Order: sequence, then structure tokens, then C-alpha cells
Amino acid sequence: MSVDIAVIDYGMGNLRSVSKAIEHVAPAASVVATSDPAVIAAAGRVVFPGQGAAPDCMREIEARGLRQAIVDAARSKPFLGICMGMQVLFEHSEEGDTACLGILPGTVQRFPHEAMHDDQGNKLKVPHMGWNNVHQAAPHPLWVGIEEGARFYFVHSYFVQPTSPDVIAGFSHYPFPFTCAVASGNIFAVQFHPEKSQNDGLTLLGNFLTWNPGERDTACDMSGAACA
Amino acid sequence: MLAKRIIPCLDVTHGRVVKGINFVELKDAGDPVEIARRYNEAGADELTFLDITASSDDRDLILHIIEDVAAEVFIPLTVGGGVREVGDVQRLLNAGADKVSINTSAVMNPQLVKDASDRYGSQCIVVAIDSKRVGDHWEVFTHGGRKATGLDAIEWAKKMESLGAGELLLTSMDRDGTKSGFDLELTRAISDAVDIPIIASGGVGNLQHLVDGVKEGRADAVLAASIFHFGEYGVDEAKRYMKQHGIEVRL
Repeated sequence: MSVDIAVIDYGMGNLRSVSKAIEHVAPAASVVATSDPAVIAAAGRVVFPGQGAAPDCMREIEARGLRQAIVDAARSKPFLGICMGMQVLFEHSEEGDTACLGILPGTVQRFPHEAMHDDQGNKLKVPHMGWNNVHQAAPHPLWVGIEEGARFYFVHSYFVQPTSPDVIAGFSHYPFPFTCAVASGNIFAVQFHPEKSQNDGLTLLGNFLTWNPGERDTACDMSGAACA
Repeated sequence: MLAKRIIPCLDVTHGRVVKGINFVELKDAGDPVEIARRYNEAGADELTFLDITASSDDRDLILHIIEDVAAEVFIPLTVGGGVREVGDVQRLLNAGADKVSINTSAVMNPQLVKDASDRYGSQCIVVAIDSKRVGDHWEVFTHGGRKATGLDAIEWAKKMESLGAGELLLTSMDRDGTKSGFDLELTRAISDAVDIPIIASGGVGNLQHLVDGVKEGRADAVLAASIFHFGEYGVDEAKRYMKQHGIEVRL
């Protein structure tokens, strides 16, 4: 049986909830958590989750020989990065001074201690943990059916800073605006956890499963319309 | 803006949700999967399950419950109770828990907090601190509040943060089950002492107590059990009340 969706398993954290949520929105799909580059290469869609620390994530990716499989998947098929799976797509993380995959230009930085207070001077905790509003910076097929400003569940201490603002698909505030979703070709990646964000999270996962980036680009080219 | 969280807590034993007064005298409150489903629909931001099963024979029951809940409830799930080693953390995460709460074992073996957070990330390690006022300070208690440790709760909270706890679940043993409100002084002292989020617990009897926990206690999340289980208040009702009082919540 062919694999519709490969969830990349590199030993970092809880993949079960990601797989369960995908199975919930697509009961007929075959969903496999895998660390086999061949399975990833053969899958129709790839989800790249991840929790924990950037140095550990990169070490586990290299130890399992997954770097090339991830790079290839991110170039060639619908690809959804989640949390650490978003961060390591960039070039470098401040966490442990870690060189990352470099698929997208930009860096990953920690919430700076001196900035972590609200406008009344109350301390803001790190990790940024809980439900925050996600603002849609640009229309995208993965936002369909999700209200502007909908709340998603976050838990992280670092955030991405893309070199090019063109890839920013969504942002949130804590207390300053930070990028929480990026879109580039067939890649969509989010800092929050759609698999833990109740109905809106399931909607986003459902959108990913029907998203066809190639078709969308063609439609844009043909109409000559500005594509977000 | 980040919302303050409301977390219903389900104390589970022999496969049922129960609620006691000051950790004794248990009252049956229903089926955990059914209750979890109901809270999810009412807008709970997370759910916490505390396995208070005394005998190790029944330990696996909680795993099946978590598996069932995780298959249909897509919000963060925290599970605590009887976590003694890294293998226990692994088993709970595999069953579908997003965070694991460590209490007595953190006192017996603080290295467990470091080992577990190094291995699975701070985001999934919650340290539960049961505390009671003793003289002019708060002391950490273990074994469901029966055993004094001699540890100062504020110093202990800082130590747990430094070892990698991603969040602290702070329960006032003086208030738990009394319905007289959180120990706000304790909550605020700990919240001010650390940079990680604090969940206030123990003593909620009405919705104003939740507001006070956030505003006076500076808690990032509030946890309550009996006011929700026995239908006194709905989770959605609690959130609307908090919003009316100027607290950012997810509605």
C-alpha cells in the first residue's frame, strides 16, 4: 500500500498526536511515522514535526541520514513543518549555536529576556505557552476556513526570522510581532501546533491534505493575478 | 495576545474520575473519556489527568484512558501521578500525553527532571509542587501532601526551572478542596520568582477565584476540578466571566 502522508520520525518528541490528528481529518489516508528516507521519498505529502532543542534535532536528523530526504521532500511535494520542524528549515538557530538545514533563508532567535513584559510592565513567561491569535499575513490555501486572528496553541522559546518578508504567511504577538507561519512554494510551516489547536488546527491539517501547490501556481500564472 | 488558560483537572483512579477533600474522602465524578469530551466541547484550553491510583497493578489503566482521549480530543493533555523514571515519561507520551507532570519523584530524584527534559524537551515536563504554609514560609510536601520535605517552595521552584521544567503546577495543600480560593500570596511569590509559566491550583470554589488567581496571583493558567465536575459552573461560563473581568481568554 502506498503511503499518502509520511510523518518524519527522528526521535524528537511526540509524533503520535500529529499522526492521530491527521488520521482524524483523513480517516481513509495511510499515515506513517517513519525515519526511512525511501518511504519519505515515496510519500505523497510530508509532515515534519519536532519538539525539544535545535542541537538535538539536527543531531538526530544527521544520525538517521535524513537531511537529504527532508531537503528533497521540501523541494518536491506538499510539506508541512511544525514547531521545531519549522525552525530547523532555516539556516541557523541561536539555540546551542546550531547550523540548521538552510532550506529557507533566515535565523532562529530566542525571545529576548529584556523585551518580555506587557505594556503594563507585567512579566511575560518563556516558553510562550498557550493559545495566541494568529494573524494571516497573506492569503493561502492552508488558511481557508480559518478566521483571521484565530487562536492556535503554542509552546516554544525561539522564533524564526526569515530573511525575506515574502515568505511570512502569519504572525503573532508576544509582546512584539513574530513570524509564526511561513509559506514558500510547496512548503508551509508553522510555529504553533495544529494537532493541538482543536477545530482550527484540524481545519489547517485538512487543508494541507488537499493542498496542491503546483496547481495553485499554474492558476496564478495563467490568470496573471498577483499570487500571495 | 496570549490567553490565560483554564485547565480542568481529572483525578483518576480505577478508571474513574474522582474528587476528594484535602486529598481524602473520594467522590465518584464519572467516566474520564466522557468528561474529557465534554470539557473539550466547552472550550477547555488543556486537560490535566492525575492518576491517583494507589496500587501499581492498575497503572496501565491510565494509558488506555489517555489513548482514548487523545484519539478524539485535540488540545494539550497533561498526565501526572506515579511518574518515577524516564521510562514512565516515555510511556505516557507514547499513549498520547503532551506533557507529563512529575511530583514526588522530582523531590526524591531531581535528576529525573533534568534527564526527562533533556530527552523530550522542557515543553513536556511539568513539575507539580504541593505546598503548605509552615511558619513564615511555604514548604514542599510529597505523597499527596502527607510528607514534609523541609524544602522551601520558592527555592524549589527556581531549582526545578533550572533543571529544565517547562511549567510549574502549584497546588496549595492548605486550600485544596476547601473552595476558599487559591493561596494568592504563594502563587504570586512563585510566579514572580521564575520565568516559566505557573498553573495555580487548589481551592477554587467560584469563578471570582479564577480571576483572582490570574490578577492577584499572576498565574498563567488556572486549574480546577470540583467546580466543573459537579456542574456548578461550565468551562465556557468561567471563560466568559474571566473575559468580563478584563482577562484575555480563548472563547
